[in-house]
Formats: sequence, C-alpha cells, structure tokens
Amino acid sequence: MTTVNLKVKRYDPETKESRYQEYSIDVDENAALLDAIIAVREYQDPTLAVRCSCRSAICGSCGMRVNGHARLACKTKLAEIAPNGETVTVEPMGNMKPIKDLVTDMTAFWDKVKQIQPWLRAQQPPPDHEHIAKPDAMMDLAGTMNCIMCGCCVSDCASLEVDQNFIGPAALAKAYRFVGDPRETEQARDDRLKELSKYGGVWDCTHCFECVQVCPKDVAPMDRILDLRRTAMEAGYQDNYGAKHSNSFAKSVKNSGWLNEARVAVESFGVDDVSAQLKMLPTGVRALLRGKMPPLLHHKRPGSEHVKRIFQEMEND
Amino acid sequence: MPEHDVLIVGAGLAGMRAGIESFRNGVDVAIITKVHPVRSHSNAAQGGINAAMGGEGSDDSWEIHAYDTVKGSDWLGDQDAIEIMAREAPQDIYELEHMGVIFARDEYGRLTTRNFGGASRQRTFFVADITGQAILHVMHEQVLKSGMRVYEEWFVLSLIKQDGACVGVVAMDIISGAVEVIRAKAVVLATGGIGRVYEPSTNGLICTGDGHALAYRIGAPMMDMEMVQYHPTTLKGNGALLTEGARGEGAYLINSEGDRFMKTYAPSKMELASRDVVSRSEITEIQEGRGVDGCVFLDCRHLGEKLIMERLGQIYELALEFANVDMVKDPVPVRPGMHYIMGGVKTDVDGATQIPGLYAAGEGANISIHGGNRLGANSLLETVVFGRRAGAAAAEYAQQSGAHPAAPESDLIEAQCQKFQMLMDRPDPGFTTAKLRLEMGVSMDKNVSVYRDEAGMQETLKTLQDLRARFDKICVHDKGKVYNWNLYSTLEMENMLDVAEAIVVSALARKESRGAHARLDYTERDDDEWLKHTLVYHSPEGPLIDFSPVTITQWPPERRVY
Repeated sequence: MTTVNLKVKRYDPETKESRYQEYSIDVDENAALLDAIIAVREYQDPTLAVRCSCRSAICGSCGMRVNGHARLACKTKLAEIAPNGETVTVEPMGNMKPIKDLVTDMTAFWDKVKQIQPWLRAQQPPPDHEHIAKPDAMMDLAGTMNCIMCGCCVSDCASLEVDQNFIGPAALAKAYRFVGDPRETEQARDDRLKELSKYGGVWDCTHCFECVQVCPKDVAPMDRILDLRRTAMEAGYQDNYGAKHSNSFAKSVKNSGWLNEARVAVESFGVDDVSAQLKMLPTGVRALLRGKMPPLLHHKRPGSEHVKRIFQEMEND
Repeated sequence: MPEHDVLIVGAGLAGMRAGIESFRNGVDVAIITKVHPVRSHSNAAQGGINAAMGGEGSDDSWEIHAYDTVKGSDWLGDQDAIEIMAREAPQDIYELEHMGVIFARDEYGRLTTRNFGGASRQRTFFVADITGQAILHVMHEQVLKSGMRVYEEWFVLSLIKQDGACVGVVAMDIISGAVEVIRAKAVVLATGGIGRVYEPSTNGLICTGDGHALAYRIGAPMMDMEMVQYHPTTLKGNGALLTEGARGEGAYLINSEGDRFMKTYAPSKMELASRDVVSRSEITEIQEGRGVDGCVFLDCRHLGEKLIMERLGQIYELALEFANVDMVKDPVPVRPGMHYIMGGVKTDVDGATQIPGLYAAGEGANISIHGGNRLGANSLLETVVFGRRAGAAAAEYAQQSGAHPAAPESDLIEAQCQKFQMLMDRPDPGFTTAKLRLEMGVSMDKNVSVYRDEAGMQETLKTLQDLRARFDKICVHDKGKVYNWNLYSTLEMENMLDVAEAIVVSALARKESRGAHARLDYTERDDDEWLKHTLVYHSPEGPLIDFSPVTITQWPPERRVY
C-alpha cells in the first residue's frame, strides 16, 4: 500500500462556488488515479462527484484534468505521476461547465458531434450483402474509431478556449471517420467537406498539438484535421481564409524561397476584400511600432531556384 | 408529465437497437439511461459477433451455429430461441455493416472472421479487439440520426404496474435530482449485467442488475440466475478482460511448467473449449500447484508483434498498463474472473416478460439463448437480434393499446421523495453502502463462483441476510440534489441485494452440475431430474423458486466433450 495525496477542485452546484479540497488515502502501489478517487468517494467523502465505469479506458467517463492536463483517471498510474507521494491536483475538464465537482456538462460537446451529422451516408438502398471496401481504406479509419468520446481533447483545446464556435477536435476527428469512409456517397463526402471548410471548421485549429498530446487513445485529432484540410482543398474548397492562407504560403516559399509575410497576410483574406484588409491594419501598425514589420520589398533568397525545383518535383509526384 | 408509446430502459446495444426498431415501426419511442449511451458496458465486448454465413470453403450453417450454442449451453438453452438467433444472425451483421460498422475485411474487401471459443467453425466477425465499442458508437449514431428523445443520466426507481400491466416508470434525473413519472404503453428493459454483485468482476461499475430487480419486484420471474460466467482470461491485478479473441487468433494457455494444460481437459478444442470448461481447468491447475500467484498464463508470443498490434492492440495496452507485461515478449498472468450472467428476466422469443407491456432484451433478459454457459461472441449477437425483436414487439403492443392509462402520478413521486428523505435522515450507522457491497461481492466470489457447494452457498446466503439487515440502517450522507452518487449507489445496492439473493437461492436449488454451475457436492449433470429452468419470483417472505421446461427442437442432450 502507498499513501496518495489528492488536491481536488470541487464545485458546489447550490452555492455555485469552487474550492480545493485535500484528501489523503491508502491505495495499492499499482493503483490508477481513478482507484484513489473511488476509494475517497467510498470511504472518506461520499459527496465527491465523479463519472466512471469501466476502469479500463474504454467507456470514456473519467476524463479530468490531472496536474493541469486532461487525462482519463483510470489510465493514469499514480506511480508515474506521483512516484514520491507528490500531491496530485485533480480538476474537472476544461472548456465545459462544471455540474458538480469533477462532473462536467458535456451538452456542448455532443451538440458539436451532432453538428457534423455523425452517421454513414451510403448509397440507398444498401446492397443485399456487405459493402465491398478496400481493407486498407478501412484500416485507415481504425485510428479514429478508437475514439471513445471522453472529451479530453476538447478540454484542453486552445482554439475552443477563445472561440466557442469551433467544432473542436473530437467532432472533427469523427467527421474524418466519415469523409475517409469509402462507403459514403460522393455527394455526402462533398457536402461534408463544404460544411467543414466554413467558419468554425477545420481551418480554425491552431495546431497547438494539445489534443494529440492528451488523447488517451492515440486518435491524434489534429492529424485528422490536417487530413481533412488537405482533402477539402483537393476537392476544390479553396475559397476560404484557411485555404487561401495555405495556398499563399506555399506560393511565396515556392517563388522566393522564403515567406513573404505581408503578402501572405493580404492574400489570406483575399486581395479584393477591403474590409478584411482594413481589420488587419491595427495589427500592421503594432508590428511597425515594435519594429516587426516585414520588409515591403520581398527579395528572393539565394538558391531559391532549388526550392522551386523541390516544389515542382513534389507536384509532379 | 412525459409520455411515450415505448420507453426503453438502458442505452447499451440491446436498448439502442430496440429503440431504433420501435422508431422504424412508427411509434413515439424514448430511451432512458443512467449513463450517456456511449458509456454503456456493451463497449467492453472485445472479441466479436457470431454469424454463420458459410462463404467460400466453409460448410458452416445456421444449424451448426445453433448446435454449437446448444452444446455450449449444456443443453439448458431453449432451442427455438437459439434457432431464431442463428438463422437471423447474418442479416443482422449485414445491417450493422450498412449502419457503418467498420468490420475487419479480407483482401477482397469482404467481411472476414476469426475463431472463437466453443465454436466448431470460424464465424466470429470482429473489429480488432474493440468490436463492442465499434458497434455501440455506430448504434448511437443511428439514435442521433433518428432524433429520438434520450433521457441521459436518469435513474429508474421503479416500474409502474397498473391493472396487471406495466405502464411506465418513476425515475430520477441524476443531474437535477428531480423525480418524475414517465408514462409509456410499453417498457423495454435493456439494463445489462450484474457484475457489481461480485468482487472482482470484469464489468463496469454501472452493471448493477437494475432491470433484473425492477422487473422482479413487480412480479416478473428471473430465470436460471445460478448461471454466472467466469471468463478464463482476466488480467492479474485489476481483473480487466483479455478477449477470447486472443485464443481465437492462436494464443496458448500455459501453466507454471510451460505446458499447454488444456490438452488434459479438452484435447480436441484445447484453449477454445467453452468458457466454463476452460475456467474450471485453470482453477484445477492452480489448485494442484501449477499456477503462479493464483494465475496461469496467456501466451501470445508466437503470434508476432504485427498481429498483436493490428488485432489485439487494446489488450496489449491493458496488459502493459495494468500488469506491466509486454505480451509480445512475455506471457500474461490471467485467472478466471466473473464476467457475465446467463440468467435474467424470463422472456419469450419477442422479449415479452410475463407482465403485459413489459419487455426485456440483452444481458438482463433470459430468452434463453445461453442456458448454462454463453459462447463468446453470442452476446453481441443476442443484443442486436433480440433487441430488434423486442423493439418491434413493444411497438406493436403499444400501437394496439389505447390511450395512456392514468396513473396516480403525485403519489408515486411523493413515495420516492419520502424514501430519499428517510435515507438522508438516518443516523450514521458506522458503515457505508460501499462497504456492504464489497462484503457481498467477496462472499459471492468465494462461494458462488466457478465451483460451488451447499455449505459455501449457505454461508453466502446468511451473509446476504445479514447485509440486508445492515442495509436497512444505511444513511445517505450527501444531502444535495445534484448528481448525488451517494443516493443512487445506495439504490443500486438495494437492487443488487435482490439479485444476489436470487442467484444464491437458484444455485442452491439446482442440485446437479451443468454449464457454469459446477457443484462439488453434485458433480454430474442430471438430465432426468434437472433438464429444466429455475425460476425465481419475488415475495414479501423472500424469493420463491419454481421450474419450467426446456424447449428441445432437434438436438436431444448428449455428453458434452470438447
């Protein structure tokens, strides 16, 4: 047995106040954090609220912040995070309202899942037997299928923190699962890509890698988001800030060997979108005042023709 | 007051499948569940789902699947129900595929299968080792698509019985603490298993036999409750499930001497004998000194890293996370662990219980498919075949019944609220629900497990009576309304005490050994006396035992050898 020290952020739904409470409890050396929390609930404080069920990282109930990052408590070994009896700080998941203690309101999470129309849209009526589908294509979906909808990625998503309109990593990974499914109709796939290219969709991710880092099932939501961007651009959905930014970025590097920051900024919004350009003005002024304004005359880098050649070879592949 | 034509209790695979079928039949259907649907324990099914499709080079047929199931059940399964399941299985697999399940495929893009325990042909369709999760999430997608109402995180307190029929439920919204009556013309119980009656168990903390107890208390009998399955490969330490699919893919069971000991017990099927047989063999090996720390070993080393990672990735992770064993390099210590209950609320082949308007499907029901022992990958199949049938039958019943009968709503709510207040007002007795549950679980695991005898089971029966007396003094310390785990876990305990008692009383009644019910004092199967189901009815004086015949269609009892 070993003693575990927990500092749990508690939320009282009646007073609507939060506070930290410390617990100390003896558990088995191999215990997971969830075992310790359950032991507290069962033997010290039956008022502590937490969701949990399977204890083997499959039901997705016990997502919470552990020392500042979202994790599944059942998959978090105490021996790893507190080898010398350090106090473990436990808080409810972020980007969600608390209901009580570690139990959060996941309504918004599920609303976003619903937003991507999370069901297969295959040819109707279906065949008499199974759809014939390439095993490789199906294997490719295996990674996203591992998602258990625990909410850890959403909890720690930096984009969602500043923009609640962002669909978020879990729902976008789920969207990939359908876009990548060879059984979906062309029309359905196209509709999805069109929707996902809009404001709040795939281009609103800022690549902070948090979702990849905290996902307990190696779904790597951000990678799926990048896949969706690529697929959407290939399908011709390029008339949006994200795709324009990406295109301008590539064009600049290809032609000059390095980034023409001023031009990328202008082209991302579209050269003819004056109101968007004007909105950028304060940023430009601030950059100028701090001496960070990129040079207005953009010169080619020495050897830029080699960069161009690399681009051309990649494009020919 | 909310009203629906059909109300499904439970949102695992059986419940959601029933809901979808009722929806397709054009009635107003809602699902009520104590956890969000994708947290349901169907998630934990790893290995696969059976269907005899024949296909190239296979002589498999529904009859062979049915026969394997009958033999697996030790002839206690009802053969009319088993025939229905085996016949309808292929169509249900195709339907799951059409819904979007990403089953494993062969090089030609067609669905492929793996071997599984107790099966004489290869017929288990699978999604790596996350088959249950993969199907559960897809089923939830279909529920979202339908737009049906789901009462998420609501706990059903009681079934309303009026003029002999079930006409709805009294339930508590766990999030707000509010108690409400939800009326329905038909109710389908799909509440899953009872694992928490035992300690340890592979089951999630939510598996507390709620549906069993709800139906039992309004007069529906439970059937064959003595039939409790111990899974042969649960992980040393935390008792997590390691799929039979591992042995299906070719893994061995070895003892401390490195011998594949199953050759002694099941020379032809070896590791893929029925679960009851393998679990008993493991216990014998351990008791005769050929185990290590109460375990034998699951040896996957010869399968190779690629196969393990592609098809057994989840259990690879579990062994690594929870037992510090890399199964590519080392054998994994395993032991039999409580996993499933074959027994449940007695139903006909359309899920109808003996109470009009009350249906049941899935692990909580007993149709009876599994009889004395369930074959691996037949449980997922049962959920979709009989979830579908129960959903259709409940919809039809609802369509034929008239308007919602009036129920004395406020009295029902008031009675529950008074009960909560009483629980909260009691003085602290110095013990908790959790402590009582642990005592119950340990006693059940000690005496009503792989091997049983009269003395042990009588000891557990006494323990349960003592626990019940102490339970009547339990105090709920959390006085709040919102997400009061202390309260609802106490109500779960009340359900589990009924279930535990039903298990022990049924097991004491059956004086023979059959399937998972292996008695040291009655070691043989006795078809003359005991080829019959045990029924247990609720009464104020305690459980009443009765019996009913087993349906035999075309497979008379034989000696059961693997």
